[in-house]
Amino acid sequence: MTFRRFPAGGAIRAARLRPVDLLILCGVLVLLYLVIRVGATADRPFDPGNPPAVSTDPRHLPYYAARSVLRMFAGLVPAVLFTFVFGTWAARSRRAAKVIVPAIDILQSVPVLTFLSITVTGFVALFPHSTLGLECASVFAVFTALVWNMALAFYQSLTTQPRELDEAARLMGLTRWQRFWKLDVPSGMIAQVWNGMISFGAAWFALSASETITVNHRDNALPGMGSYVAQALADGEGARVALAVAVMIAMVVSVNFLFWRPVTAWAERFRTEDCEIAEQPRSRVLELLRRSTLPGRLGRALRPAGERLDRAMRVLGTGGGRLRAAGDEARRKRGDLVFSVLYALGVAAIGWQAVSYVLAHVPLPEIGHDALLALITYGRVLLLVAFSTVVWVPIGVWIGMHPRVNRIAQPIVQVLASFPSNFVFPLAVIVLGASGISLNWGCVVLMALGAQWYVLFNVIAGASAIPGDLREAAADLGLRGRLRWTKLILPAVFPSYVTGALTASGGAWNASIQAEIVTYGSTTLTAVGIGAYIQQATADGDFARNFLGAVLMSVYVVVINRLFWRRLYRFAVQRCAL
Amino acid sequence: MKNTTSATTPVISVRGLRKDFPGPSGGVLPVLDDVTFDLYEGQVVALLGKSGSGKSTLLRHVAGLLAPSGGTVHYRGKPVTGPHPGTAMLFQSFALMPWLTVQQNVELGLQARGVHAVERRGRALRAIDMVGLDGFENAYPKELSGGMRQRVGFARALVVEPDVLLMDEPFSALDVLTAQTLRNELLELLAHPDTPTRTVLLVTHSIEEAVQLADRVLVLDTRPGRIKADLRVALPQPRNRRDPGFQALVEDAYEALTGRRAAPAADPGQDPLRAAEPLPAATVEALTGLLEVLDTRGGAVDLAALADALAYEVDDLMPVVEAAQLLGYAKVAGNRLHLTVTGRGFARADILPRKHLFAAAALANVPLIATIRTLLLASGSGRLREPYLIGRLGGHASERAAHRQLATAVTWGRYAELYEYDADDRVLLLPAEHRRNAA
Repeated sequence: MTFRRFPAGGAIRAARLRPVDLLILCGVLVLLYLVIRVGATADRPFDPGNPPAVSTDPRHLPYYAARSVLRMFAGLVPAVLFTFVFGTWAARSRRAAKVIVPAIDILQSVPVLTFLSITVTGFVALFPHSTLGLECASVFAVFTALVWNMALAFYQSLTTQPRELDEAARLMGLTRWQRFWKLDVPSGMIAQVWNGMISFGAAWFALSASETITVNHRDNALPGMGSYVAQALADGEGARVALAVAVMIAMVVSVNFLFWRPVTAWAERFRTEDCEIAEQPRSRVLELLRRSTLPGRLGRALRPAGERLDRAMRVLGTGGGRLRAAGDEARRKRGDLVFSVLYALGVAAIGWQAVSYVLAHVPLPEIGHDALLALITYGRVLLLVAFSTVVWVPIGVWIGMHPRVNRIAQPIVQVLASFPSNFVFPLAVIVLGASGISLNWGCVVLMALGAQWYVLFNVIAGASAIPGDLREAAADLGLRGRLRWTKLILPAVFPSYVTGALTASGGAWNASIQAEIVTYGSTTLTAVGIGAYIQQATADGDFARNFLGAVLMSVYVVVINRLFWRRLYRFAVQRCAL
Repeated sequence: MKNTTSATTPVISVRGLRKDFPGPSGGVLPVLDDVTFDLYEGQVVALLGKSGSGKSTLLRHVAGLLAPSGGTVHYRGKPVTGPHPGTAMLFQSFALMPWLTVQQNVELGLQARGVHAVERRGRALRAIDMVGLDGFENAYPKELSGGMRQRVGFARALVVEPDVLLMDEPFSALDVLTAQTLRNELLELLAHPDTPTRTVLLVTHSIEEAVQLADRVLVLDTRPGRIKADLRVALPQPRNRRDPGFQALVEDAYEALTGRRAAPAADPGQDPLRAAEPLPAATVEALTGLLEVLDTRGGAVDLAALADALAYEVDDLMPVVEAAQLLGYAKVAGNRLHLTVTGRGFARADILPRKHLFAAAALANVPLIATIRTLLLASGSGRLREPYLIGRLGGHASERAAHRQLATAVTWGRYAELYEYDADDRVLLLPAEHRRNAA
């Protein structure tokens, strides 16, 4: 083996540092410093009887903002790891898929906030004398808001990998490690990144709720944006709330600008060309990074380590190697049977445990009453979807069909969709209190504050994707008014509308937990519904009722998704896909 | 590194290979049946067949990507139980990782074998050089034309110095001129003294490609695939397409490919739908076009010449020819296609009379269409559910094949105005005027 080195052209070119390198180097150092400074404060002594006070002094706002952002990214990292491990496991093992895929599918439609109090209590018990438990619970809330969508998307991209790429990888004899990094991750990258970005909005919501959650009559305030707003509201300081909302918007925008846009633009290189898109996402930050020599230097510096890791990971073996002999079939079937029986027994045992626990604590008639409460909340969700449809479909179509308006509107709508609307819930209390509207109706508006934007931005996307040829043909035929709407526009935006409405109803269920009981200063308004029931049970530390409420809500969401939204979506894709 | 065993041991040896895929309702669908052949050192062998003949499936068994349902595959005397380093494959879609550069793609196979970075780089650069792509080492596949991408495919396959090069329709995604250039370059590469690979198994549906490249052409039958002809090509390279010997071989191959097995005697107790021959997936427009061309050329034409004139591959041409035969519009004799009297009548008719002629021919010759029509007339409502027909068809074909056949029957019957189809409810209907009469 020879070790002669060829002086590569790249090595010579990269010898000099450029000004942009210094800029990026400074940025990285500042970021590292902040992460260490802010991160170090996560582990503080914690006395449950005397929770840390949150100051509403605006001087503390940058620090709180940094804490919140750090929690978001601390939740993103385990979400990516979970996605890699469980997505791959489900895609490679038939039996694991039978357990993992339905579980993730259900969990992704279950409102994140329903189980928040249970996780908070668990984590606090893990670290009894430190705020670390609360931090973990908060990070975990972010994690659950992100992970199910990402994991399901990754699993789906693995199972729909182009067959010939899979065959090429197997024929070359790639090791499991090599296959994962050279084929599986790249081919799932785009789905991962987009799902992560879209779920980030829900994660902000979960984060701000988790920073202020009240469990068992105890405020568990963590320093962060959510708790700052909550404290300012409790003190009735409107100007400081407005300031915090402004900071929050700035944060959502800058996380998009500095993180998600560069990442989505970078992920374009993983697009296989059979699904080319019209407009390439671009990012100034990414262009800056590409001009810099630092990423290249870092890559070269790490390459020997990568090589060594590649060798070390050969122990994981080669995937998809040996073929099953014909005789193995019967044994495999027997194994499947044993597995299915064990699986069914396990599910039945857990189900039995849960049912008997709830029955021991909650009288049967109350369960029926709770089902009714969930029906009322469902009515609100329906009302909200209907309202968003009537209002936002025409507006979305108008925006989408005018490219110039679209360019301005789209970023704004994205910010609105990822802004945690529970920040402004208490403000609505003032309005509702003044106008005398009951929260029973008013909370529909509160739920809509966050959820309606999904309808809007999906309809915008759908309308802007109507092919120019179709629009010209419609104009040429003289389609106008009603005919133009029913024959061209509505069918064309229908699939994106269904996606938007489905997401909006998911967001609305989630928001109902926060929207059905709202407090501002000394005023507390309560609506009748399953969301209020869950929040009350959480505050009382009543786990049986909390669990019951969470399960009822989840059952509603899952059943409605299966019976209604999925069918509508299938119909939309079959009939109206362009 | 090349293993030089005596010339009498085959490199690849396939014995009694059978492959069944699961059919609908628990049955099995035989794709390959009793395939036996040997591939010797230095041979270029082409597997030629229509679509559905299982030629790509056979190639994947040789590669160790699929497990046989019966029979064996051996590589140099050892049974093949999975992908093995003796082979490398070229794909129709090139199968390059879009996120890796040309060089990274070529290095990937070496990396899998644990070759050290420095040696890997040197070998990859030599392979890229050999296929004429220097200067493109850092390009991504999407920046390259189809021909260049397949050259990367060559480099990636050859860099691991395989014993046998497997090729799955490697030129069929390329335009005619590019494909021709790459075929010539393949021959040059194989003849080059630095290339360790001498043995090739090529899957193709192009007869000319098979005759141009191969020393031996194995013709596969359709459903189930089995070898029905083994043609030797003794012409020296480079081969000229206009050479009479070349033309004669092309015609032989056509004859082998279109030759029909004697139809199995129909069992009187059997469902007429199941006994029927599968409907070829041809459109009425293509059929009309074929018959018109045939008519303008005096009513008889060589199949090879026809394919050439239309720039059709066998895959595209055969269903149309089969449809013409099935409807009684044309006959194949040897390698010539003859227009029948009814065929001439159809070719010269105007749009509306053509529909009536087609309706008569379809009812007389296509059992599936005739049965659908009879069932519709017999039913009180004039409606027939599609799933019912799929169920009846599904006995001898896979579910997908049943759907495909029914789709053809629906299109033909609609064109002939024998019945209508409602895609929402998945029902076949008698035309409106019949339903009114019935009611």
